[in-house]
Amino acid sequence: MYDRSAKLAAKGVVIEYWLQRSRSLFTAVKGVDLEVRPGELLAIVGPSGCGKTTFLNAVDGLIPIAGGSLTLDGREIRSPGRDRAMVFQQPGLLPWRTVLGNVIFGVEAQGSMTKTQAIARARQQIELVGLKGFEDAYPLELSGGMQQRVNLARALLTDPEMLLLDEPFAALDAQTREMMQLELLKIWSQTRKTALFITHDIKEAIYLADRVIVFTRRPGRVKNVVDIKLSRPRDLRVKRDPQFLTYEDEIWESIQEELAVPAERLIAGVPAA
Amino acid sequence: MSIQSWEPAAPTTTLDRPPARERRSVVKPGRFKQYEPVVIGTLSVVIALAAWQIVANARIYSILFVPGPWDVAQAFVKLFQTGDIWLDIGTSGAEIGIGYGMAVVAGLALGLLMGWYTRFQYALDPFVNFFYSTPRIVLIPLFILWFGIEMQPKIAVIFLGALFPIIINTMAGVRNTEAALLRVARSFGAPDALIFRRVVLPGSVPFILTGFRLGVGHALTGVVVGELIAAKHGVGQLIAIAGQTFQTPKMLAGVILIAGTGMLLTTIIQRVENRFQSWRPQIR
Repeated sequence: MYDRSAKLAAKGVVIEYWLQRSRSLFTAVKGVDLEVRPGELLAIVGPSGCGKTTFLNAVDGLIPIAGGSLTLDGREIRSPGRDRAMVFQQPGLLPWRTVLGNVIFGVEAQGSMTKTQAIARARQQIELVGLKGFEDAYPLELSGGMQQRVNLARALLTDPEMLLLDEPFAALDAQTREMMQLELLKIWSQTRKTALFITHDIKEAIYLADRVIVFTRRPGRVKNVVDIKLSRPRDLRVKRDPQFLTYEDEIWESIQEELAVPAERLIAGVPAA
Repeated sequence: MSIQSWEPAAPTTTLDRPPARERRSVVKPGRFKQYEPVVIGTLSVVIALAAWQIVANARIYSILFVPGPWDVAQAFVKLFQTGDIWLDIGTSGAEIGIGYGMAVVAGLALGLLMGWYTRFQYALDPFVNFFYSTPRIVLIPLFILWFGIEMQPKIAVIFLGALFPIIINTMAGVRNTEAALLRVARSFGAPDALIFRRVVLPGSVPFILTGFRLGVGHALTGVVVGELIAAKHGVGQLIAIAGQTFQTPKMLAGVILIAGTGMLLTTIIQRVENRFQSWRPQIR
Protein backbone atom coordinates (compact mmCIF):
# COMPACT_ATOMS: atom_id res chain seq x y z
CA MET A 1 0.00 0.00 0.00
CA TYR A 2 2.83 2.36 0.89
CA ASP A 3 6.35 2.41 -0.51
CA ARG A 4 7.88 2.69 2.96
CA SER A 5 7.32 -0.16 5.37
CA ALA A 6 4.81 0.68 8.07
CA LYS A 7 5.78 1.18 11.68
CA LEU A 8 2.44 0.07 13.02
CA ALA A 9 0.17 -2.13 10.93
CA ALA A 10 -3.40 -3.01 11.88
CA LYS A 11 -5.21 -5.53 9.69
CA GLY A 12 -8.86 -6.35 10.33
CA VAL A 13 -8.51 -5.67 14.05
CA VAL A 14 -11.52 -6.76 16.11
CA ILE A 15 -11.83 -5.92 19.80
CA GLU A 16 -14.57 -7.38 21.94
CA TYR A 17 -15.23 -7.46 25.63
CA TRP A 18 -17.74 -8.92 28.00
CA LEU A 19 -20.14 -6.64 29.76
CA GLN A 20 -20.33 -8.01 33.30
CA ARG A 21 -23.82 -6.88 34.14
CA SER A 22 -25.69 -7.90 31.00
CA ARG A 23 -23.39 -10.88 30.35
CA SER A 24 -23.21 -9.92 26.70
CA LEU A 25 -20.34 -9.64 24.27
CA PHE A 26 -19.69 -6.08 23.19
CA THR A 27 -17.88 -5.30 19.95
CA ALA A 28 -15.98 -2.04 20.29
CA VAL A 29 -13.93 -2.18 17.11
CA LYS A 30 -14.61 -4.32 14.05
CA GLY A 31 -12.18 -4.62 11.19
CA VAL A 32 -9.76 -1.72 11.59
CA ASP A 33 -7.20 -1.51 8.79
CA LEU A 34 -4.57 1.17 9.10
CA GLU A 35 -0.87 1.80 8.92
CA VAL A 36 1.25 4.33 10.73
CA ARG A 37 4.38 5.26 8.78
CA PRO A 38 7.74 5.79 10.48
CA GLY A 39 8.07 9.32 11.85
CA GLU A 40 4.47 10.11 11.10
CA LEU A 41 1.98 11.77 13.43
CA LEU A 42 -1.35 10.10 12.77
CA ALA A 43 -4.53 11.30 14.42
CA ILE A 44 -7.73 9.30 14.82
CA VAL A 45 -11.01 11.17 15.22
CA GLY A 46 -14.48 9.78 15.51
CA PRO A 47 -17.82 10.17 17.22
CA SER A 48 -17.72 9.57 20.96
CA GLY A 49 -17.91 5.93 21.89
CA CYS A 50 -16.57 4.78 18.52
CA GLY A 51 -13.85 2.65 20.06
CA LYS A 52 -10.87 4.86 19.24
CA THR A 53 -9.50 4.79 22.78
CA THR A 54 -10.14 1.06 22.95
CA PHE A 55 -8.12 0.65 19.78
CA LEU A 56 -5.26 2.67 21.28
CA ASN A 57 -5.32 0.51 24.41
CA ALA A 58 -4.93 -2.53 22.17
CA VAL A 59 -1.95 -0.91 20.45
CA ASP A 60 -0.46 -0.31 23.90
CA GLY A 61 -1.05 -3.97 24.68
CA LEU A 62 -3.33 -3.31 27.63
CA ILE A 63 -6.22 -5.25 26.09
CA PRO A 64 -6.10 -8.23 23.72
CA ILE A 65 -7.56 -8.22 20.23
CA ALA A 66 -10.19 -10.79 19.29
CA GLY A 67 -9.36 -10.91 15.59
CA GLY A 68 -7.06 -9.59 12.88
CA SER A 69 -3.46 -8.65 13.47
CA LEU A 70 -1.65 -5.77 15.08
CA THR A 71 2.09 -5.45 14.53
CA LEU A 72 4.75 -2.92 15.44
CA ASP A 73 7.91 -3.15 13.32
CA GLY A 74 6.59 -6.50 12.13
CA ARG A 75 6.26 -7.94 15.63
CA GLU A 76 2.88 -8.98 17.00
CA ILE A 77 1.66 -6.80 19.90
CA ARG A 78 0.64 -8.97 22.84
CA SER A 79 1.44 -6.94 25.93
CA PRO A 80 2.79 -3.52 26.91
CA GLY A 81 6.39 -3.09 25.85
CA ARG A 82 9.33 -0.72 25.93
CA ASP A 83 8.77 0.17 22.28
CA ARG A 84 5.56 2.03 23.16
CA ALA A 85 4.66 4.70 25.70
CA MET A 86 1.27 6.16 26.42
CA VAL A 87 0.28 9.68 27.34
CA PHE A 88 -3.01 9.29 29.17
CA GLN A 89 -6.10 11.45 29.16
CA GLN A 90 -6.04 11.50 32.98
CA PRO A 91 -2.47 12.34 34.00
CA GLY A 92 -2.30 9.39 36.43
CA LEU A 93 0.50 10.87 38.52
CA LEU A 94 1.51 9.41 41.88
CA PRO A 95 0.34 12.18 44.25
CA TRP A 96 3.03 11.40 46.84
CA ARG A 97 5.84 11.80 44.32
CA THR A 98 7.31 15.03 43.06
CA VAL A 99 7.40 15.98 39.39
CA LEU A 100 10.86 14.43 39.11
CA GLY A 101 9.73 11.24 40.85
CA ASN A 102 6.76 10.95 38.50
CA VAL A 103 8.78 11.56 35.36
CA ILE A 104 11.13 8.70 36.19
CA PHE A 105 8.26 6.34 37.06
CA GLY A 106 7.95 5.05 33.48
CA VAL A 107 11.58 3.95 33.14
CA GLU A 108 11.51 2.73 36.73
CA ALA A 109 8.57 0.47 35.88
CA GLN A 110 10.36 -0.76 32.77
CA GLY A 111 13.59 -1.26 34.66
CA SER A 112 15.43 0.16 31.67
CA MET A 113 17.76 2.67 33.39
CA THR A 114 19.70 3.06 36.60
CA LYS A 115 18.23 5.57 38.99
CA THR A 116 21.06 8.12 38.59
CA GLN A 117 20.80 7.88 34.84
CA ALA A 118 17.03 8.25 34.98
CA ILE A 119 17.20 11.34 37.19
CA ALA A 120 19.80 13.03 35.00
CA ARG A 121 17.78 12.43 31.83
CA ALA A 122 14.52 13.31 33.56
CA ARG A 123 15.88 16.76 34.35
CA GLN A 124 16.54 17.35 30.65
CA GLN A 125 13.10 16.03 29.78
CA ILE A 126 11.45 18.30 32.35
CA GLU A 127 13.21 21.25 30.78
CA LEU A 128 12.06 20.15 27.33
CA VAL A 129 8.40 20.15 28.38
CA GLY A 130 8.80 23.56 30.04
CA LEU A 131 8.62 22.56 33.69
CA LYS A 132 12.08 23.69 34.77
CA GLY A 133 11.91 24.92 38.36
CA PHE A 134 9.00 22.62 39.21
CA GLU A 135 11.04 19.42 39.71
CA ASP A 136 10.20 19.25 43.42
CA ALA A 137 6.55 20.28 43.18
CA TYR A 138 3.83 17.76 43.95
CA PRO A 139 1.13 16.99 41.36
CA LEU A 140 -1.64 18.51 43.47
CA GLU A 141 0.24 21.82 43.36
CA LEU A 142 0.21 21.84 39.55
CA SER A 143 -2.45 23.01 37.12
CA GLY A 144 -4.03 20.56 34.69
CA GLY A 145 -1.78 21.70 31.85
CA MET A 146 1.35 21.25 33.93
CA GLN A 147 0.23 17.80 35.02
CA GLN A 148 -0.13 16.82 31.39
CA ARG A 149 3.41 18.07 30.73
CA VAL A 150 4.60 15.63 33.40
CA ASN A 151 2.51 12.90 31.79
CA LEU A 152 4.19 13.66 28.44
CA ALA A 153 7.69 13.85 29.93
CA ARG A 154 7.20 10.49 31.63
CA ALA A 155 6.36 8.87 28.30
CA LEU A 156 9.18 10.63 26.40
CA LEU A 157 11.80 9.61 28.95
CA THR A 158 11.25 5.95 28.05
CA ASP A 159 12.38 6.87 24.51
CA PRO A 160 9.76 4.70 22.80
CA GLU A 161 9.63 3.69 19.15
CA MET A 162 6.08 4.94 19.13
CA LEU A 163 4.22 7.49 21.22
CA LEU A 164 0.55 6.86 21.95
CA LEU A 165 -1.56 9.83 23.00
CA ASP A 166 -5.08 9.29 24.34
CA GLU A 167 -6.91 12.65 24.17
CA PRO A 168 -4.19 14.18 26.36
CA PHE A 169 -5.56 17.72 26.15
CA ALA A 170 -9.28 16.94 26.33
CA ALA A 171 -9.62 17.94 29.99
CA LEU A 172 -7.80 21.27 29.61
CA ASP A 173 -9.32 24.69 29.11
CA ALA A 174 -9.35 26.05 25.55
CA GLN A 175 -6.35 28.38 25.86
CA THR A 176 -4.15 25.89 27.68
CA ARG A 177 -5.12 23.26 25.10
CA GLU A 178 -3.94 25.43 22.21
CA MET A 179 -0.65 26.16 23.94
CA MET A 180 -0.12 22.49 24.64
CA GLN A 181 -0.80 21.63 21.01
CA LEU A 182 1.75 24.17 19.86
CA GLU A 183 4.26 22.82 22.31
CA LEU A 184 3.60 19.20 21.48
CA LEU A 185 4.36 19.98 17.84
CA LYS A 186 7.61 21.64 18.87
CA ILE A 187 8.71 18.68 20.96
CA TRP A 188 7.58 16.26 18.29
CA SER A 189 9.54 18.08 15.60
CA GLN A 190 12.67 17.72 17.75
CA THR A 191 12.24 14.00 18.31
CA ARG A 192 10.24 12.96 15.21
CA LYS A 193 8.76 10.04 17.07
CA THR A 194 6.11 8.03 15.30
CA ALA A 195 2.93 9.03 17.09
CA LEU A 196 -0.68 7.93 17.23
CA PHE A 197 -2.94 10.66 18.58
CA ILE A 198 -6.54 10.01 19.60
CA THR A 199 -8.89 12.97 19.86
CA HIS A 200 -12.49 14.01 19.36
CA ASP A 201 -11.36 17.53 18.49
CA ILE A 202 -11.25 17.86 14.69
CA LYS A 203 -9.21 21.07 14.74
CA GLU A 204 -6.68 19.51 17.05
CA ALA A 205 -6.34 16.50 14.75
CA ILE A 206 -5.78 18.62 11.63
CA TYR A 207 -3.42 21.00 13.36
CA LEU A 208 -1.16 18.24 14.67
CA ALA A 209 -1.31 15.39 12.22
CA ASP A 210 0.19 14.35 8.91
CA ARG A 211 -2.88 12.28 8.28
CA VAL A 212 -6.26 12.16 10.00
CA ILE A 213 -8.25 8.95 10.13
CA VAL A 214 -11.98 9.15 10.73
CA PHE A 215 -13.60 6.24 12.57
CA THR A 216 -17.19 5.17 12.04
CA ARG A 217 -19.49 4.97 15.01
CA ARG A 218 -19.42 1.80 17.10
CA PRO A 219 -18.26 -0.78 16.25
CA GLY A 220 -15.47 1.42 14.91
CA ARG A 221 -13.78 0.98 11.55
CA VAL A 222 -11.73 3.32 9.38
CA LYS A 223 -14.19 5.44 7.42
CA ASN A 224 -11.79 7.64 5.54
CA VAL A 225 -8.26 8.97 5.57
CA VAL A 226 -7.46 12.64 5.05
CA ASP A 227 -3.93 13.68 4.10
CA ILE A 228 -3.10 16.99 5.75
CA LYS A 229 -0.83 18.86 3.37
CA LEU A 230 -0.17 21.89 5.56
CA SER A 231 3.48 22.88 5.71
CA ARG A 232 5.45 22.52 8.89
CA PRO A 233 6.38 24.08 11.24
CA ARG A 234 2.79 25.10 11.90
CA ASP A 235 1.89 27.95 14.19
CA LEU A 236 -1.57 28.51 15.59
CA ARG A 237 -2.55 30.82 12.70
CA VAL A 238 -2.70 27.75 10.47
CA LYS A 239 -6.07 27.14 12.08
CA ARG A 240 -7.49 30.07 10.09
CA ASP A 241 -5.92 29.00 6.80
CA PRO A 242 -8.55 28.35 4.05
CA GLN A 243 -7.02 24.93 3.39
CA PHE A 244 -7.37 24.11 7.09
CA LEU A 245 -11.05 25.02 6.99
CA THR A 246 -11.58 22.81 3.96
CA TYR A 247 -10.12 19.86 5.84
CA GLU A 248 -12.29 20.71 8.80
CA ASP A 249 -15.45 20.73 6.66
CA GLU A 250 -14.54 17.46 5.04
CA ILE A 251 -13.87 15.68 8.33
CA TRP A 252 -16.84 17.23 10.07
CA GLU A 253 -19.20 16.07 7.35
CA SER A 254 -17.75 12.61 7.53
CA ILE A 255 -18.34 12.45 11.29
CA GLN A 256 -21.77 13.99 10.99
CA GLU A 257 -22.90 11.14 8.76
CA GLU A 258 -22.01 8.84 11.61
CA LEU A 259 -24.01 10.87 14.09
CA ALA A 260 -27.10 11.33 11.91
CA VAL A 261 -28.44 7.85 12.51
CA PRO A 262 -31.72 6.90 14.17
CA ALA A 263 -31.26 6.19 17.86
CA GLU A 264 -32.49 2.61 17.65
CA ARG A 265 -29.83 1.76 15.10
CA LEU A 266 -27.16 3.23 17.37
CA ILE A 267 -28.32 1.00 20.17
CA ALA A 268 -28.44 -2.07 17.97
CA GLY A 269 -24.94 -1.26 16.79
CA VAL A 270 -25.62 -1.86 13.12
CA PRO A 271 -22.58 -0.84 11.08
CA ALA A 272 -22.91 2.16 8.79
CA ALA A 273 -23.82 1.44 5.19
CA MET B 1 3.31 38.96 22.48
CA SER B 2 2.51 37.25 19.23
CA ILE B 3 1.56 33.63 19.16
CA GLN B 4 4.70 32.70 17.28
CA SER B 5 7.10 34.13 19.82
CA TRP B 6 5.50 32.24 22.64
CA GLU B 7 8.11 30.63 24.85
CA PRO B 8 7.63 27.19 26.33
CA ALA B 9 9.14 27.89 29.74
CA ALA B 10 6.20 29.97 30.85
CA PRO B 11 2.91 28.20 31.52
CA THR B 12 1.60 31.65 32.32
CA THR B 13 -1.94 30.69 33.25
CA THR B 14 -0.64 28.96 36.35
CA LEU B 15 2.60 30.52 37.50
CA ASP B 16 1.02 33.39 39.35
CA ARG B 17 -1.16 31.04 41.37
CA PRO B 18 -0.08 30.59 44.98
CA PRO B 19 0.96 27.04 45.83
CA ALA B 20 -2.09 25.01 46.75
CA ARG B 21 -0.95 24.14 50.24
CA GLU B 22 -0.61 27.75 51.31
CA ARG B 23 -3.53 28.95 53.41
CA ARG B 24 -5.23 31.98 51.94
CA SER B 25 -7.05 34.79 53.65
CA VAL B 26 -8.55 38.02 52.39
CA VAL B 27 -7.48 40.06 55.40
CA LYS B 28 -3.96 40.17 56.78
CA PRO B 29 -3.80 37.48 59.46
CA GLY B 30 -3.15 38.77 62.99
CA ARG B 31 -0.45 37.31 65.22
CA PHE B 32 -3.11 35.66 67.39
CA LYS B 33 -4.43 33.59 64.47
CA GLN B 34 -1.50 31.20 64.56
CA TYR B 35 -2.02 30.24 68.21
CA GLU B 36 -5.80 30.32 68.03
CA PRO B 37 -6.39 26.53 68.16
CA VAL B 38 -4.18 26.06 71.22
CA VAL B 39 -5.48 29.14 73.04
CA ILE B 40 -9.15 28.33 72.52
CA GLY B 41 -8.61 24.66 73.37
CA THR B 42 -6.76 25.43 76.59
CA LEU B 43 -9.29 28.05 77.59
CA SER B 44 -12.24 25.69 77.20
CA VAL B 45 -10.51 23.02 79.31
CA VAL B 46 -9.68 25.56 82.02
CA ILE B 47 -13.28 26.75 82.12
CA ALA B 48 -14.60 23.19 82.35
CA LEU B 49 -12.19 22.35 85.18
CA ALA B 50 -13.13 25.54 87.04
CA ALA B 51 -16.85 24.75 86.75
CA TRP B 52 -16.20 21.23 87.98
CA GLN B 53 -14.18 22.57 90.95
CA ILE B 54 -16.93 25.02 91.86
CA VAL B 55 -19.58 22.30 91.84
CA ALA B 56 -17.34 20.03 93.89
CA ASN B 57 -16.50 22.78 96.40
CA ALA B 58 -20.17 23.46 96.97
CA ARG B 59 -20.21 19.94 98.47
CA ILE B 60 -23.80 19.28 97.53
CA TYR B 61 -22.64 15.71 97.11
CA SER B 62 -19.94 13.99 99.15
CA ILE B 63 -16.40 13.56 97.85
CA LEU B 64 -17.29 9.91 97.26
CA PHE B 65 -19.72 10.89 94.52
CA VAL B 66 -18.23 14.11 93.12
CA PRO B 67 -14.56 14.64 93.87
CA GLY B 68 -13.19 17.91 92.48
CA PRO B 69 -10.31 18.14 90.02
CA TRP B 70 -8.02 19.16 92.84
CA ASP B 71 -8.88 15.93 94.75
CA VAL B 72 -8.15 13.90 91.67
CA ALA B 73 -4.85 15.72 91.12
CA GLN B 74 -3.83 15.00 94.70
CA ALA B 75 -4.75 11.33 94.30
CA PHE B 76 -2.73 11.27 91.08
CA VAL B 77 0.35 12.62 92.84
CA LYS B 78 -0.13 10.18 95.70
CA LEU B 79 -0.29 7.30 93.21
CA PHE B 80 3.20 8.07 92.09
CA GLN B 81 4.56 8.55 95.60
CA THR B 82 4.14 4.87 96.37
CA GLY B 83 6.14 2.56 94.13
CA ASP B 84 3.24 0.18 93.40
CA ILE B 85 1.99 2.23 90.49
CA TRP B 86 5.02 1.32 88.40
CA LEU B 87 4.20 -2.36 88.65
CA ASP B 88 0.66 -1.60 87.43
CA ILE B 89 1.87 0.62 84.61
CA GLY B 90 4.54 -1.91 83.69
CA THR B 91 2.05 -4.77 83.58
CA SER B 92 -0.56 -2.89 81.55
CA GLY B 93 2.14 -1.42 79.32
CA ALA B 94 3.60 -4.83 78.57
CA GLU B 95 0.16 -6.25 77.82
CA ILE B 96 -0.60 -3.42 75.41
CA GLY B 97 2.87 -3.49 73.87
CA ILE B 98 2.76 -7.21 73.13
CA GLY B 99 -0.93 -7.43 72.17
CA TYR B 100 -0.97 -4.31 70.02
CA GLY B 101 2.43 -5.11 68.48
CA MET B 102 1.19 -8.53 67.41
CA ALA B 103 -2.01 -6.98 66.06
CA VAL B 104 -0.01 -4.50 63.95
CA VAL B 105 2.15 -7.23 62.43
CA ALA B 106 -0.66 -9.70 61.81
CA GLY B 107 -3.23 -7.08 60.80
CA LEU B 108 -0.90 -5.47 58.30
CA ALA B 109 0.07 -8.79 56.75
CA LEU B 110 -3.49 -10.12 56.55
CA GLY B 111 -4.91 -6.80 55.37
CA LEU B 112 -2.37 -6.47 52.55
CA LEU B 113 -2.86 -10.08 51.47
CA MET B 114 -6.65 -9.76 51.55
CA GLY B 115 -6.53 -6.51 49.62
CA TRP B 116 -4.13 -7.78 46.96
CA TYR B 117 -5.45 -11.34 46.48
CA THR B 118 -9.22 -11.29 45.98
CA ARG B 119 -9.57 -15.02 46.63
CA PHE B 120 -7.75 -14.70 49.92
CA GLN B 121 -10.26 -12.04 50.86
CA TYR B 122 -13.21 -14.28 49.89
CA ALA B 123 -11.80 -16.99 52.13
CA LEU B 124 -11.22 -14.80 55.22
CA ASP B 125 -14.08 -12.33 54.91
CA PRO B 126 -16.58 -14.43 56.88
CA PHE B 127 -14.20 -14.66 59.84
CA VAL B 128 -13.25 -11.00 59.77
CA ASN B 129 -16.90 -9.99 59.63
CA PHE B 130 -17.83 -12.36 62.43
CA PHE B 131 -15.14 -11.16 64.80
CA TYR B 132 -15.50 -7.53 63.89
CA SER B 133 -19.21 -7.57 64.73
CA THR B 134 -18.57 -9.35 68.04
CA PRO B 135 -17.41 -7.25 71.00
CA ARG B 136 -14.19 -9.16 71.60
CA ILE B 137 -14.27 -8.50 75.35
CA VAL B 138 -17.05 -11.05 75.74
CA LEU B 139 -14.40 -13.66 75.02
CA ILE B 140 -12.44 -12.76 78.17
CA PRO B 141 -14.00 -15.52 80.33
CA LEU B 142 -12.90 -18.04 77.73
CA PHE B 143 -9.38 -16.59 77.62
CA ILE B 144 -9.18 -16.73 81.42
CA LEU B 145 -10.19 -20.36 81.21
CA TRP B 146 -7.47 -20.99 78.63
CA PHE B 147 -4.65 -18.82 79.94
CA GLY B 148 -5.33 -18.09 83.63
CA ILE B 149 -5.27 -14.61 85.14
CA GLU B 150 -1.73 -13.60 84.23
CA MET B 151 -1.02 -11.31 81.26
CA GLN B 152 -1.97 -13.76 78.50
CA PRO B 153 -5.79 -13.34 78.50
CA LYS B 154 -5.36 -9.54 78.37
CA ILE B 155 -2.83 -9.81 75.56
CA ALA B 156 -5.26 -12.01 73.66
CA VAL B 157 -8.15 -9.60 74.03
CA ILE B 158 -6.00 -6.58 73.11
CA PHE B 159 -4.71 -8.45 70.09
CA LEU B 160 -8.20 -9.35 68.89
CA GLY B 161 -9.45 -5.85 69.63
CA ALA B 162 -6.81 -4.05 67.60
CA LEU B 163 -6.46 -6.68 64.87
CA PHE B 164 -9.70 -6.18 62.98
CA PRO B 165 -9.73 -2.41 62.54
CA ILE B 166 -6.17 -2.74 61.22
CA ILE B 167 -7.09 -5.57 58.82
CA ILE B 168 -10.18 -3.81 57.53
CA ASN B 169 -8.52 -0.43 56.98
CA THR B 170 -5.40 -1.89 55.39
CA MET B 171 -7.52 -3.93 53.02
CA ALA B 172 -9.58 -0.86 52.14
CA GLY B 173 -6.34 1.03 51.42
CA VAL B 174 -5.16 -1.58 48.94
CA ARG B 175 -8.61 -1.84 47.37
CA ASN B 176 -8.87 1.92 46.96
CA THR B 177 -5.80 2.18 44.77
CA GLU B 178 -6.73 4.47 41.91
CA ALA B 179 -7.49 2.53 38.73
CA ALA B 180 -5.77 5.22 36.64
CA LEU B 181 -2.49 4.68 38.52
CA LEU B 182 -2.66 0.93 38.01
CA ARG B 183 -3.28 1.46 34.31
CA VAL B 184 -0.25 3.72 34.01
CA ALA B 185 1.93 1.20 35.84
CA ARG B 186 0.70 -1.69 33.66
CA SER B 187 1.14 0.36 30.52
CA PHE B 188 4.82 0.85 31.35
CA GLY B 189 5.08 -2.88 31.91
CA ALA B 190 5.65 -2.71 35.67
CA PRO B 191 5.89 -6.16 37.28
CA ASP B 192 3.35 -6.91 40.03
CA ALA B 193 5.94 -6.61 42.81
CA LEU B 194 6.85 -3.10 41.67
CA ILE B 195 3.20 -2.08 41.35
CA PHE B 196 2.65 -3.29 44.90
CA ARG B 197 5.71 -1.55 46.38
CA ARG B 198 5.59 1.71 44.47
CA VAL B 199 1.89 2.28 43.84
CA VAL B 200 -0.36 0.22 46.11
CA LEU B 201 1.61 0.38 49.36
CA PRO B 202 2.34 4.13 49.46
CA GLY B 203 -1.26 4.82 48.47
CA SER B 204 -2.49 2.67 51.36
CA VAL B 205 -0.43 4.38 54.07
CA PRO B 206 -3.15 6.84 55.15
CA PHE B 207 -5.65 3.98 55.49
CA ILE B 208 -3.17 1.79 57.35
CA LEU B 209 -2.39 4.54 59.84
CA THR B 210 -6.11 5.13 60.40
CA GLY B 211 -6.37 1.44 61.23
CA PHE B 212 -3.49 1.78 63.69
CA ARG B 213 -5.18 4.75 65.32
CA LEU B 214 -8.52 2.99 65.70
CA GLY B 215 -6.64 -0.05 67.01
CA VAL B 216 -5.21 1.99 69.90
CA GLY B 217 -8.71 2.71 71.21
CA HIS B 218 -9.65 -0.96 71.04
CA ALA B 219 -6.40 -1.98 72.71
CA LEU B 220 -6.96 0.36 75.67
CA THR B 221 -10.54 -0.83 76.10
CA GLY B 222 -9.25 -4.39 76.01
CA VAL B 223 -6.62 -3.90 78.69
CA VAL B 224 -8.89 -2.06 81.10
CA VAL B 225 -11.88 -4.37 80.77
CA GLY B 226 -9.61 -7.39 80.87
CA GLU B 227 -8.05 -6.25 84.11
CA LEU B 228 -11.40 -5.29 85.60
CA ILE B 229 -12.50 -8.89 85.25
CA ALA B 230 -9.39 -10.65 86.49
CA ALA B 231 -5.84 -9.53 87.08
CA LYS B 232 -3.04 -9.45 89.64
CA HIS B 233 -1.65 -6.06 88.60
CA GLY B 234 -2.40 -3.36 86.10
CA VAL B 235 -3.95 0.08 85.76
CA GLY B 236 -7.35 -1.45 85.02
CA GLN B 237 -7.03 -3.53 88.17
CA LEU B 238 -6.11 -0.36 90.10
CA ILE B 239 -9.22 1.38 88.80
CA ALA B 240 -11.37 -1.61 89.72
CA ILE B 241 -10.05 -1.88 93.28
CA ALA B 242 -10.23 1.88 93.90
CA GLY B 243 -13.81 1.91 92.64
CA GLN B 244 -14.86 -1.05 94.78
CA THR B 245 -13.29 0.49 97.88
CA PHE B 246 -14.92 3.90 97.35
CA GLN B 247 -11.66 5.75 96.64
CA THR B 248 -13.25 7.76 93.86
CA PRO B 249 -10.42 10.31 93.39
CA LYS B 250 -7.89 7.47 93.04
CA MET B 251 -10.17 5.71 90.57
CA LEU B 252 -10.45 8.85 88.45
CA ALA B 253 -6.68 9.31 88.62
CA GLY B 254 -6.38 5.85 87.06
CA VAL B 255 -8.90 6.80 84.37
CA ILE B 256 -6.85 9.90 83.56
CA LEU B 257 -3.74 7.76 83.25
CA ILE B 258 -5.48 5.56 80.67
CA ALA B 259 -7.00 8.49 78.81
CA GLY B 260 -3.64 10.28 78.75
CA THR B 261 -1.96 7.21 77.30
CA GLY B 262 -4.62 6.97 74.60
CA MET B 263 -4.29 10.63 73.68
CA LEU B 264 -0.51 10.38 73.57
CA LEU B 265 -0.49 7.32 71.31
CA THR B 266 -3.15 8.79 69.02
CA THR B 267 -1.19 12.04 68.73
CA ILE B 268 1.98 10.17 67.83
CA ILE B 269 0.20 8.25 65.07
CA GLN B 270 -1.41 11.46 63.85
CA ARG B 271 2.02 13.09 63.60
CA VAL B 272 3.23 10.16 61.54
CA GLU B 273 0.14 10.48 59.35
CA ASN B 274 0.87 14.16 58.73
CA ARG B 275 4.45 13.36 57.82
CA PHE B 276 3.29 10.91 55.18
CA GLN B 277 0.79 13.39 53.80
CA SER B 278 3.01 16.38 53.22
CA TRP B 279 2.07 16.20 49.54
CA ARG B 280 -1.62 16.70 50.28
CA PRO B 281 -2.82 20.32 50.29
CA GLN B 282 -4.38 21.31 53.58
CA ILE B 283 -8.16 21.42 53.77
CA ARG B 284 -9.19 24.70 55.32
